Amino acid sequence: MGIRERLSGNEASAIAMKQINPDVVAAFPITPSTEIPQYFSTFVSNGDVDTEFVAVESEHSAMSACIGAEAAGGRAMTATSANGLSLMWEMIYVASSLRLPIVMSLVNRAVSGPLNIHNDHSDAMGIRDSGWIMLFSENNQEAYDNLIMAHRIAEHKDVRLPLAVCQDGFITSHSIENIELIEDEKVKEFVGTYKPEHYLLNRKEPIAIGPLDLQSYLFEHKYQQAEAMRAAKKVIADVSADFEKLTGRKYSFFEEYRLDDAEIAIVCMNSTAGTTKVVVDELREQGVKAGLLKVRVFRPFPAEEIAKALSHVKAVAVLDKSDSLNAAGGALFEDVTSGMYVNNVHVPTVNYVYGIGGRDTTAKDIHGVYSDLQEIVKSGKADNPYRYFGLRK
Amino acid sequence: MENMIEIRWHGRGGQGAKTASLLLADAAFNTGKYIQGFPEYGPERMGAPITAYNRISTSPIRLHSNIYEPDYVVVVDDTLLESVDVTAGLKESGAIIINTTRDADYLKSVLKGYKGAVYTIDARKISVDALGKYFPNTPMLAAIVKVSNIMSDEEFLEDMKGSFKHKFAKKPEVIEGNMKAIETALKEVKKI
Repeated sequence: MGIRERLSGNEASAIAMKQINPDVVAAFPITPSTEIPQYFSTFVSNGDVDTEFVAVESEHSAMSACIGAEAAGGRAMTATSANGLSLMWEMIYVASSLRLPIVMSLVNRAVSGPLNIHNDHSDAMGIRDSGWIMLFSENNQEAYDNLIMAHRIAEHKDVRLPLAVCQDGFITSHSIENIELIEDEKVKEFVGTYKPEHYLLNRKEPIAIGPLDLQSYLFEHKYQQAEAMRAAKKVIADVSADFEKLTGRKYSFFEEYRLDDAEIAIVCMNSTAGTTKVVVDELREQGVKAGLLKVRVFRPFPAEEIAKALSHVKAVAVLDKSDSLNAAGGALFEDVTSGMYVNNVHVPTVNYVYGIGGRDTTAKDIHGVYSDLQEIVKSGKADNPYRYFGLRK
Repeated sequence: MENMIEIRWHGRGGQGAKTASLLLADAAFNTGKYIQGFPEYGPERMGAPITAYNRISTSPIRLHSNIYEPDYVVVVDDTLLESVDVTAGLKESGAIIINTTRDADYLKSVLKGYKGAVYTIDARKISVDALGKYFPNTPMLAAIVKVSNIMSDEEFLEDMKGSFKHKFAKKPEVIEGNMKAIETALKEVKKI
């Protein structure tokens, strides 16, 4: 089953979009996601899709065009990175508050400044509280699979929220790797057609979208967004189960790699998880009980499930590819540790900020983290929970 | 992990080292392997030193870092030998392949005492003879396939014929020259 191919993460994402064949794609090029709209525009020119491709003049317009298209009743997609996402900022919140299930491929890159085109997660962390569902992808396969699942999750009547599929800029977006694609007709059937309940082009139901919303109801509308985010957990689990039936590839809120009997564990997202798996295997051969928890679903955040999955280990390191510059710790660290605390899981946990601006993350770096964790278990002390690795001395 | 081969390419922007690494990934993929092909992106400009990488394995590849201890290094432009530490981390059980006409004494002096195998090939002459132009990447691709023994000459030639047909669908006149460059390179890469 499936089609054996070799593609970069960007090619894989563009092909997912081709198979989804959305009504509208509006995008503005920005490194390292540029290739996605570039490949997609070729599909449009070749007649492989019947999508209306809008080559907008900025990312603010890209998101605005997606909002217009979704509000009209269409299915809309876009792709961006870093400063492009920054320029979308105003419309990012409008998209989620209008409950428009736009799907975005977010190829993670450091947000300026200083100017840098390489990978970290500072762009994604900027929208963590914006009401978008956020899925992270270890490699090209996961970026592709997450996109194929995206519309089913975002458009579900209990959810109706926009969704971003993240992958690491250059590291996976520009690396050619093996991948298994799903046949076009199977994707079409899996994704299904979009049938919005309320939309602007419905002549039988004239509605207004996006009017002024003051003290009397904005709070309730925000509560509904929060409810939708909570409801998304079940929908993500259901869609992932259907996807497993289709492809045999299992996706959960997070992947537990040799975690069940682990004594020390790393929590991280995207491509670093692959490198960490290699290190886990090496340590296991030496008799060290190392494990990994790779977060796939970052929003909604599966706090309770993560706390439970880490409850038996003796020390945890959470890796953040973005520094929150708050003198307290990175975003993933804060989410994981607060989830552990409120669920009465008290395991010594430290944070490492790493890989900023494309600093390469090596197996040796990850070995260093596990070795620090062994030290923490031995001494029973986790001094200075807010740490760095890969930083020049 | 024993089954994985790691390759590092050194070239200059515009010489096709990145393309060669992607073609190598393609060829290995076509023989059933798991592959990675990725360049190290920096300021992209003609003539600037660039690095590209390949991992080729019989099992899925999960590592997502650059390559620091390659099995093989390919140097597409010998003017890099004095400015880039091309043998950095290169395994002594592996080899370095250099596009050069310089003699063994010179190469020894710039390779910082590298004890592994050193191969040379005159990719300029091969390319100019076969294509009338200087595209060093095709001969260098053939050279690394030969030296690393990733696949047999026959498998490689068959695969390249197919991919050139696809790649040069709009200018089929260059296919024959490229095939000739590959055939010559497979014969002419020499250990010193």
